[in-house]
Amino acid sequence: MLSFIGRSIIQKIITLFFVSVVSFLIIHLAPGEPSQVDPLNPKFTPEMVERFREAFHLDKPLEVQYLYFYRDLFTGKTISWKDNQSVLKKIWERFLNSLLLFIVGTILMWTISFPIGIRSAIFRGGLYDRSSTFLSYFLISIPSFFFAYILIIFVVNSFHIPVIGMQTFGIGDTAWFSRAMDRIWHLLLPSILSAIAGIAVLSRYVRSQMLEVEGQDYVRTAKAKGLAADQVHYKHALRNALLPFVTMFGMILPGLIGGSVIIESIFAWPGMGRMAYEAILARDYPVILTINFVSAVLVLIGTFISDILYLVVDPRIRL
Amino acid sequence: MKISDNEILLSVQDLKVYFKSEDEIARAVDGISFDVRRKETVCIVGESGCGKTVAALSIMGLVPIPPGEIAGGRILFRGMNLLDFDDTEIQKIRGNQIAMIFQEPLTSLNPVFTIGNQIGEAINIHENIPDKEVIKRSQQLLKDVGIDSPAERLSDYPHQLSGGQRQRVMIAMALACDPDLVIADEPTTALDVTVQAQILRLMNAIQKRRSMSVLYITHDLGVVSKVADRVCVMYAGILAEQGSRTNIFTGPKHPYTQALLASLPSREKRGQRLYSIPGTVPHPAYKPRGCPFHPRCPHAIQTCREQYPGMCDYGDGHQARCPVLFDGNGANWSE
Amino acid sequence: MNMSPHSNDKDYQLDEPLAPKKTPLEEFWRLFKKNRLAVAGMVFFVLFFIVATVGLVLTRGKNPVIDPSRVRLEDKLRPPLARPNLEMLQPDEVPKLGVYIFGTDDLGRDVFARMLQGSWVSLTVGFVAVGIAVIVGIFLGGIAGYYGYRHVRVGQLLAAAFLIAGAVLLIGKHIWAGAALLICGAGFILIAPLMKKSIQGTTQPAWARLWLFNTISIDTLIMRFVDIMLCFPSFFLILTVVALLPASIYNIMIVIGLTSWMGTTRFVRAEFLTLRELDFVAAARALGLSNFRIIFRHMMPNAVAPVLVSATIGIATAILTEAGLSFLGFGVPPPNATWGNILSDGKNFIFDAPWLTFVPGIGILIVVLSFNLFGEGLRDALNPKLRERN
Repeated sequence: MLSFIGRSIIQKIITLFFVSVVSFLIIHLAPGEPSQVDPLNPKFTPEMVERFREAFHLDKPLEVQYLYFYRDLFTGKTISWKDNQSVLKKIWERFLNSLLLFIVGTILMWTISFPIGIRSAIFRGGLYDRSSTFLSYFLISIPSFFFAYILIIFVVNSFHIPVIGMQTFGIGDTAWFSRAMDRIWHLLLPSILSAIAGIAVLSRYVRSQMLEVEGQDYVRTAKAKGLAADQVHYKHALRNALLPFVTMFGMILPGLIGGSVIIESIFAWPGMGRMAYEAILARDYPVILTINFVSAVLVLIGTFISDILYLVVDPRIRL
Repeated sequence: MKISDNEILLSVQDLKVYFKSEDEIARAVDGISFDVRRKETVCIVGESGCGKTVAALSIMGLVPIPPGEIAGGRILFRGMNLLDFDDTEIQKIRGNQIAMIFQEPLTSLNPVFTIGNQIGEAINIHENIPDKEVIKRSQQLLKDVGIDSPAERLSDYPHQLSGGQRQRVMIAMALACDPDLVIADEPTTALDVTVQAQILRLMNAIQKRRSMSVLYITHDLGVVSKVADRVCVMYAGILAEQGSRTNIFTGPKHPYTQALLASLPSREKRGQRLYSIPGTVPHPAYKPRGCPFHPRCPHAIQTCREQYPGMCDYGDGHQARCPVLFDGNGANWSE
Repeated sequence: MNMSPHSNDKDYQLDEPLAPKKTPLEEFWRLFKKNRLAVAGMVFFVLFFIVATVGLVLTRGKNPVIDPSRVRLEDKLRPPLARPNLEMLQPDEVPKLGVYIFGTDDLGRDVFARMLQGSWVSLTVGFVAVGIAVIVGIFLGGIAGYYGYRHVRVGQLLAAAFLIAGAVLLIGKHIWAGAALLICGAGFILIAPLMKKSIQGTTQPAWARLWLFNTISIDTLIMRFVDIMLCFPSFFLILTVVALLPASIYNIMIVIGLTSWMGTTRFVRAEFLTLRELDFVAAARALGLSNFRIIFRHMMPNAVAPVLVSATIGIATAILTEAGLSFLGFGVPPPNATWGNILSDGKNFIFDAPWLTFVPGIGILIVVLSFNLFGEGLRDALNPKLRERN
């Protein structure tokens, strides 16, 4: 077990290294210059441009820039080129905003998908199954921004509640209760939206796993022993069907960084997705690279957790 | 209702099980009738696809009903028609008075639960006894089926045991509530020959000790010759012949049974070409008209192609569905 | 008692087939037909194809039959099925069909015409992007699955490392160092076969053994590469590349393609790993077939099923991605119309002219939905586990 963990960690660190190199190359090989250093930018005089170039180490060869960047990253000193703030601080603030959205969305997604998928599998072919199937496909296929606008129009027109931003402008110092309610309303639509596609996909997957397990021999044995129907489904079948999802659970972690750019743009939610988007536009290299790095770290940690969970949960796998 | 020896425990009467899809009806079991008495071992023999497994599953109500349906007949267990039972009633019978052992022991055991858990479950479903008792009984069961160090085996998972051990566990689970009838669907097919012999001996011993009836489903005539009291030969969903073991092996009266026995290798046939039945088993949805065996039968006459043969009685419980070999009397045909 | 309507009347030939024989295609169609949603999906798929081709023909060139880029400022923001304002328009500005079927946008362009033009673009984006992804995926997955157990030798590793390092240095403008490494790397590759030949048979000296030593396997190498690519959140990667490169339809297609091959690779590799152990491959090898022939003529048709499924769903995803990119401003540049474009332009007028978002939105929804249903239907019909035992 320990040797597996050790090997796994080493492999992941190597992968991380390659990821950092690749992302660095992608950024720097792309044409275009960061706005501060752009010779065409009318705001800066040529001398200022030169000063910026030096400050950003852009005049040095690539390998040196790489080393500079990662030194700054690990000592926490990376500075955004756009507005001179510490990158890590910026990321942290936005991260907290995204976190809220993400947690609500994930809870919604996982608690709704399973009952739907399980019920669809047990009553395969019935009305419930067919309608939830169609609904799932519908939700997967609709462009998220289109659906978002429809929902916004519907909610704003029916309930007269503002939904843009994290809180209503000017709510300032009202009682904490109304501020909390306000926050909840603003949180509701974006989380539902970001959960929706996930629910559609996940419930389909739950259904197909459940169907596959229900066809296995040991389910027949359980019935032959005289077990009642829901014991058969929920004790024997479900336990096996859930195995792959345990590993999926570990992969939730990378979703933190993902944050949907689109949803955050529509709802003017100040989250990580939008920050990354703005950074890309401004070619704010430190921010882009940091986000990339953090996301890679999260993915690798997530995979690692998935592997360990799988080991723990499936008795057939023992190292 | 207490059943005395030699009375009929299970009576299958004209059972028909069909599988429907939009363009065809597969007649997997097309009207079979046989009885199982107390303490008796009955073997249903036949090639793959003859419907024997479907027949066994339908006794326990385990045939998946949307594609399948019971198209007719009765299954009388202790005088009650199992086909009339609803879900709760049949669950009381399963594992309790009728138990089943399946062919593939690895996939028939749930891989994520321990052996102790699964055997314990078999007991707990039907009897309300404290946990310590359950563990004791489980250990005793494992000992009965010949597994060493039963206490340790209880906390093992199925994949940690060998094939033979797994099948023994299946047998233990089946015996947990002391059933009157055990249905064994090809219990030794997936095992090595030496292990086969052990399992057969084991089942024989258990049967005698507990006065159980056993219904064996198999395609292996060797197994039949060792364990059967009575034999039912199935072909393409119908019963070709049934009788005592002696009758079937020394004096088969259906061309199919005769052909099966003829194709067994034996010392007397050394040096000669081994007989094999020409042709193949018909698809359950596309059976020939008349007698289903007629395309492959060396004794087939014109009537065999047109009319369905009835059962001919040779006395002593020996019946065969072939009027041609029944001394030529035309009385046993039907439309 | 046994009057089966399907039984044969004539004399049964002994070697006659057991049941009416069905070719694999008929078998597939029979299974597929059962899923009505999937059939509907396929129908719409074909319809979309037709519409796109017709649209391309009708709207291309300098004087197209239906002109998507004709600006009619007098007639802007007209709702669907509105009649054109005949007094104000020039004769050749009048829409061909007499009404604005889907209305006009803020520049007075006929939305119907733009949708026609955009359909071909969306279709192309979907197909080309997925085509690239599938080709890369099959190639990498096939190699990983078939040759995966072979290991990369130290010598090959050194050669590759030198080549890559040399290329990087060249890009970083260290011309001399870069070129030197490149030449060394090339040299390694060239002398490798010579070395193998010279050492065969005799006991190998230590340095030669080191040279030929096995390091990691090809399978691990490729899968690690897949892992690295998976570390980048896909939408971000696409966004990054698209934002940094000059906007063009080809860039978008290539980028989407190059970021979505990972799934296909995994599928193909998994299929090949299973297939490789099957007897028919051993039989083919025993007959002396070359590896190439075995892979492409024998194994590939069996592995194609999951690829096909992920391809249809991939087209749907690609169209959605393109729409998303357009929404953010990075889509195909004007004046080319794509459905994502039209939707994104329309979002500014959502309260005044909702049809500008609804028409393309519903269009995308229908097309993507039908692709998804078709793909899922394919998956169910091609799934060997669900096939009838005939």
